[in-house]
Amino acid sequence: MNEAFREVVVGRHNALVDPSLRIWGWEIPVYLFLGGLTAGILVVSALLALRRPPGSAPSRAVQAAPFVALGLLSLGMLALFLDLEHQSHVFRFYLAFKPASPMSWGSWILILVYPVGVLLGLGSLDAGIRSALLASRPVRWLRLAGPLRCLSGRADAMARSVAWVAMVAGAGLGVYTGVLLGTLAAEPLWNSPVLGPLFLASGVSTGAAFLLLLPLSRDERHLVAGSDLVAIAVEAGLLAALLIGFASGSGPDQAALDHLVTGPQASAFWTLVVLAGLAAPFALEVLERRRGLAFLKVTPVLVLAGGFALRWILVAAGQASSLATIF
Amino acid sequence: MRRTKRYAMVVDTWSCVACKACVLACKAENAVPDGFCRDWLVEVTEGTFPDLRQENRSERCNHCSDPPCVHACPTGASHVAEGGVVLVTHGKCTGCKACIAACPYGARYVHPDGHVDKCTFCLHRVQAGRDPACVEVCPTGTLTFGDLNDPGSEVSRLLRTRAYKVLHPESGCEPNVYFLTGRPAPAVASDSAGTGVVGVAR
Repeated sequence: MNEAFREVVVGRHNALVDPSLRIWGWEIPVYLFLGGLTAGILVVSALLALRRPPGSAPSRAVQAAPFVALGLLSLGMLALFLDLEHQSHVFRFYLAFKPASPMSWGSWILILVYPVGVLLGLGSLDAGIRSALLASRPVRWLRLAGPLRCLSGRADAMARSVAWVAMVAGAGLGVYTGVLLGTLAAEPLWNSPVLGPLFLASGVSTGAAFLLLLPLSRDERHLVAGSDLVAIAVEAGLLAALLIGFASGSGPDQAALDHLVTGPQASAFWTLVVLAGLAAPFALEVLERRRGLAFLKVTPVLVLAGGFALRWILVAAGQASSLATIF
Repeated sequence: MRRTKRYAMVVDTWSCVACKACVLACKAENAVPDGFCRDWLVEVTEGTFPDLRQENRSERCNHCSDPPCVHACPTGASHVAEGGVVLVTHGKCTGCKACIAACPYGARYVHPDGHVDKCTFCLHRVQAGRDPACVEVCPTGTLTFGDLNDPGSEVSRLLRTRAYKVLHPESGCEPNVYFLTGRPAPAVASDSAGTGVVGVAR
């Protein structure tokens, strides 16, 4: 029986490109996750600072959160650095600003986030911790007590402005992690304007989940859990919009979508991202609020795992369905 | 005022026999390291037996007029040079691979030295008045290089007189490598299918 067929013989065998694109390994999803997590912690910390009644001190955990976020971001940047093929040229990122390149925006946003995070953190510290910090050995040794005292004063004087700037910088960082992939037309599975907002929503939900794992005050927990719930709902809506966008797209879009929802990544996507990462924590959080159930640590752990799985799976599936290996 | 050039390559899929001389000439000319290539052959066979059609394509960087690799590059290492040729300045490349992700043609690879590498249209030869190495070596005259902004150039003439396509037109990056799909003039005798090698779906 004769059937129509199409056979393609390709004489190109470049490492990292053939037979399917694998330029970005574990480093990039780890960085995207930690960048989103940092963005989320900054956004939720800023929200807490804006909602805090005047004169009340935040919990120890919330005071530490902006500094922890910067530590996590540094780990993410380390992963990014490890991914570079020409690591000794890393300084080149900061000798240029290319407005058309999301990665160029990202490298400058990363630098901007540090001072904003430090200001937000200094402004959140209570008097006891602040004086202990100023008297600590590293600060004295580095002769930083004077500048830190000055910065703390500024952060106090402009507390609301700092919180708003931190929210904008966090949102910029969160959106950028998605835009980085979303502007790449050669990977149909990434090429969507929804990816930026999706990664921001996912970042906010993981940031809130991270804070929920820390010992928060009752009021803080209520606000953070509420933010988490809203972020999960928005993320689910954006994920649906992303999938519907691909389903109504052209042939390559639909082939890429199949890769995610029915193909090699489908089982991981539906179980880890949709069920365990979105549906289960959403249901648990609603139950906790409505029925006054005891807080379960498993809920934020599920959100964090789901956020990581989303990035891991999208990075892998996007490369596997790249136009670069469709002939 | 001097007219700007727009370098392009035309690949005649009717005459290519997939001998890969273009690949080897490029490797020799540009010292492409073992295991890598800047140009390559794609052979597509399709149809229903015995009515089969074969299309041989010598592929390379498309030196797009709207190059996504250049837009993606955060350091300016990837840039547009004379005649619209897309080049990589090795000393500015961090090996972040954003350009490889951005390219719908898989035309870029990571050189063992750490920088990204790709076809240059042999600009060093073109500036000396010669054809790119792949064009010069091709034994069947499949490859034609020239300036599309010059209406009298051979590439302009071919695109005026023959049916052609570009690869991944949906990516919108305005590639400058063209694949002739229509029969050469004068028309050759009709084959059994009466169709020829036209219109391979991409």
